[in-house]
Amino acid sequence: MRLRSFNGHFLGLQRHAWRVGAGLLILAVVAVALPAQALTAADQLAAYAAQSGQTPQAAPGQEFFVIKHGHEWACASCHTAKPTVEGKHASTGKTIRPMAPAANPERFTDPAKTEKWFRRNCNDVLRRECTSAEKADVLAWLLTLKP
Amino acid sequence: MRTALLIGLSALGFASGALADFGRSNPAPLPIYKTECAACHIAYPAGMLSAPSWQQLMIGLTKHFGTDASLDAATAKPISTWLQANAGTGRRFSDAPPDNRISKSSWFVRQHDEVSVAVFKRASVGGAANCGACHGHAAEGNFNEHEVRIPK
Repeated sequence: MRLRSFNGHFLGLQRHAWRVGAGLLILAVVAVALPAQALTAADQLAAYAAQSGQTPQAAPGQEFFVIKHGHEWACASCHTAKPTVEGKHASTGKTIRPMAPAANPERFTDPAKTEKWFRRNCNDVLRRECTSAEKADVLAWLLTLKP
Repeated sequence: MRTALLIGLSALGFASGALADFGRSNPAPLPIYKTECAACHIAYPAGMLSAPSWQQLMIGLTKHFGTDASLDAATAKPISTWLQANAGTGRRFSDAPPDNRISKSSWFVRQHDEVSVAVFKRASVGGAANCGACHGHAAEGNFNEHEVRIPK
């Protein structure tokens, strides 16, 4: 690879190899030092179950997900009744990637993100926060789904 | 000579204001704005609303056009700061649109005065807030009117 300096002269890569090496070293140190925020969906299920003090149940989780709770939307209104497929935002039409971890391995790996969306979406669907038991049931059910 | 220059520059300034189609002058969105505010719709350019409008939207996120879009304070702060710094300014933003809704801004209505209500209602378009339906590069902040394709 040839590098051209500002005044137009060619410079050999070897003159800048130390910069590449330093950058890689910094990256490596940072990658090791950063606390791992990612958990598995199973970890999050265990956390909600512990918080609720109950055993999560998939069947009630499914029912909870597909019914309307006295208002305009169900979870399924955006996420579909079997979220191994893409969903669609009920107002904006924006595509929503599948919720089932088997169909979308990113799901439920970031607790802060999970909590943020539960907060928002439970407010929309139920006009209240979901309980830990409800979250656990829903997650238990989602974990049973295979694409 | 100087008068001509002044007239020329004023004309340019006036023209760019009147014709601003957000196609060429959008700053790249703050990454966290894109992450947090483009989950349900496109990342509307900060220049499309005034600073006071953005402020009201950020305060009222639990009731964001019919849904809860709330953010924790730590996440909201840099977004608000960026919006305030990049908000639209000048005469066209002197009046806030109803509900701080971009598609009800007088500039938006003027820019789309050739698009009938019926067109906005088409299923393929999905309303005036769904810029991407006709502006294929809206997600990148490009609304160039020469690249508009209105679906049937």
